[in-house]
Amino acid sequence: MELSGGQIVVQCLKDEGVELIFGYPGGAVLHLYDAIFQQDDVQHILVRHEQAATHAADAYARSTGKPGVVLVTSGPGATNAVTGIATAYMDSIPMVVISGQVPSAVIGSDAFQEVDMVGITRPCVKHNFLVSNVADIAETMKKAFYVATTGRPGPVVVDIPKDITDPNIKVPYAYPESVSMRSYNPPREGDQAQIQKAVDLLLSAKRPMIYSGGGVVLGEASDELRAFSRLLGYPVTSTLMGLGAFPATDSQFIGMLGMHGTYEANMGMHESDVIIAIGARFDDRVTGKLTEFCPYAKIIHIDVDPASIAKTVKVNVPIVGEVGIVLKQLIAEINLNPRRVGVEVLAAWWDQVKEWRSVNCLEFDRESTLIKPQYAVEQLYKVTAGNAFITSDVGQHQMYAAQFYHFDEPRRWINSGGLGTMGFGLPAAIGVKLAHPDADVACITGEASIQMCIQELSTAQQYQTPVKIINLNNRYMGMVRQWQEFSYQGRYSHSYLEALPDFVKLAESYGHVGIQIDKPEDVTPALEEAFAMKDRTVFLDIITDQTENVYPMIEAGKGHHDMRLRVAPGTPIDRELA
Amino acid sequence: MRHIISILIENEAGALSRVAGLFSARGYNIESLTVAPTDDLTLSRMTLVTRGSDEVIEQITKQLNKLIDVVKLTDLADVVHVERELMLIKVQTEPSNRAEIKRMADIFRGKVIDVTSKSYMIEMTGSSEKLDAFVAAISEHNIMEIVRTGATGLPRGVGSLTL
Repeated sequence: MELSGGQIVVQCLKDEGVELIFGYPGGAVLHLYDAIFQQDDVQHILVRHEQAATHAADAYARSTGKPGVVLVTSGPGATNAVTGIATAYMDSIPMVVISGQVPSAVIGSDAFQEVDMVGITRPCVKHNFLVSNVADIAETMKKAFYVATTGRPGPVVVDIPKDITDPNIKVPYAYPESVSMRSYNPPREGDQAQIQKAVDLLLSAKRPMIYSGGGVVLGEASDELRAFSRLLGYPVTSTLMGLGAFPATDSQFIGMLGMHGTYEANMGMHESDVIIAIGARFDDRVTGKLTEFCPYAKIIHIDVDPASIAKTVKVNVPIVGEVGIVLKQLIAEINLNPRRVGVEVLAAWWDQVKEWRSVNCLEFDRESTLIKPQYAVEQLYKVTAGNAFITSDVGQHQMYAAQFYHFDEPRRWINSGGLGTMGFGLPAAIGVKLAHPDADVACITGEASIQMCIQELSTAQQYQTPVKIINLNNRYMGMVRQWQEFSYQGRYSHSYLEALPDFVKLAESYGHVGIQIDKPEDVTPALEEAFAMKDRTVFLDIITDQTENVYPMIEAGKGHHDMRLRVAPGTPIDRELA
Repeated sequence: MRHIISILIENEAGALSRVAGLFSARGYNIESLTVAPTDDLTLSRMTLVTRGSDEVIEQITKQLNKLIDVVKLTDLADVVHVERELMLIKVQTEPSNRAEIKRMADIFRGKVIDVTSKSYMIEMTGSSEKLDAFVAAISEHNIMEIVRTGATGLPRGVGSLTL
């Protein structure tokens, strides 16, 4: 079969099993778009800004486990995609981004819409390619998908000059069955001697903790994590990225850890003597001050990426391998070992954890006449029966979502954890809805974040992706305001949003439903109304308490045991004591 | 501590910038870097001299290994090895010091490879330390120009970095 470069790219996508791609056309990719026009197997979703294409594809990947695919033109199309590529890179999301490039003959001449995409994206991709020959497209595409989806996943950019997709130049096409690269062999099984050491440590612990991360979600190892945790009966905490891998409603789960994690999770980490970190990378938002991080603990660390191990925190037992496989190895080894942590020892540890839990660190003022953002998320959880896919933007609302929407399944919580990209939520929700048309999809956002990709309301209209936008509108960049309150004596420098649009009218102008509420008693009915409209995108603008803060909080430069709580432990919850 | 990291890397466009970019992005320091194709034309061999604590060097080697183009690497500081660097140095000469500079070059087993009435160009190979010592030894004379390749090296004995 002889095909042109443009046709080959599309055929590669088909052969790779890609059903959906997100993109925006332009000069350098016109041949490619012409090839897309002449087929029906690969559906193209036209976004309104290339950043949104990357976020939508990224969320499609997060919610399905399949790689997200993006197609953008050269120059500004490519640079607009960079924020989304970096977002995917920081959270290890498998994505293939095809960018057009100016014709080979003019590369380097500052041609119209030319930018060195391979150079610009080098620090924020797992790998990238510049295709220099039509005959190389198929193998390059195969490698791109292989690299993006194996080992520690990540985005891969394939930059294709316009002449390479010329419809008049045809070459024989065959998609490679497999690919092997001598320089890339991601690890799978963990070293058996290390497994043995880990089991010895785990079974001799007195105050053990299971610290699970996004790698468990990415590695499809949720079942193994559950089996492993239940076998041992130890407390389980999770990073922001790992939420859902272990059920949040399980009594063994003690909440998220880190900067806005629960009191019990952070105190548990601080006091623990043996910690097993599973697919987590000791991010600074998790560890707090490194010199005070887990001072009593011996640490076991499972990660598929050796560079994640001992990057910031020294570990006692590193295990390099796929988390799912390593967890199975650990389970098998534990089953062979008759030894167990004493019932009384474990019970004493749980008693301590329960005492911390009784501080009720997430409690908030339920008597307020203003809508508390926590209350809105809590009601969202109830109205959707905990079954929705939740995307979020970045800021206070993101933390409320993580704290108050209790995820029992992996891949339901879709947020930009590593890069912290405002503007992620809405395009992400569209990507998730396209992947799961029958599921409830809500974007928990704020009036600042939502405006960073608000143009995607148009995409939602074009493709009829009925997502629910839960806008926690406090007329502030809430997290910035909170830090300014705590650390800058309330000098709210540029964190106040003046000239907000009328979100109801804005939603309506895009053909969606807009609802605004400002009373606590309206929250549940409004949510019910929104979710009852199965085929409509609803923008629910919730006017919340402007001064509410996210608690608990480990402020920058402090340790896990040094948390700022809304009220001191033991004090009845009162209004805004902190 | 000083480490000499020897890398086999795919001989592809942009491979060098991936390595250099990694060092600048992660704040590692590169003391010197040499790169050239090997007898296998699909591979380049890169020798990189860096300094850092054991933790930093561990991260550097892990991050380098993580680059898709890097096929293999070894830290020569971990093994008994031979290290060489090439230096060309141009020294201004006066009738009064020409003999002295030539003698000094001989002591260090350097070769004078270009001569004018007012200058010598001396070629010298050796460990980086030896080259430093030579530069110090003739520093009382007027050094016009120095160019050094940076260190390169191989492990001693049969051990080798091959596929």
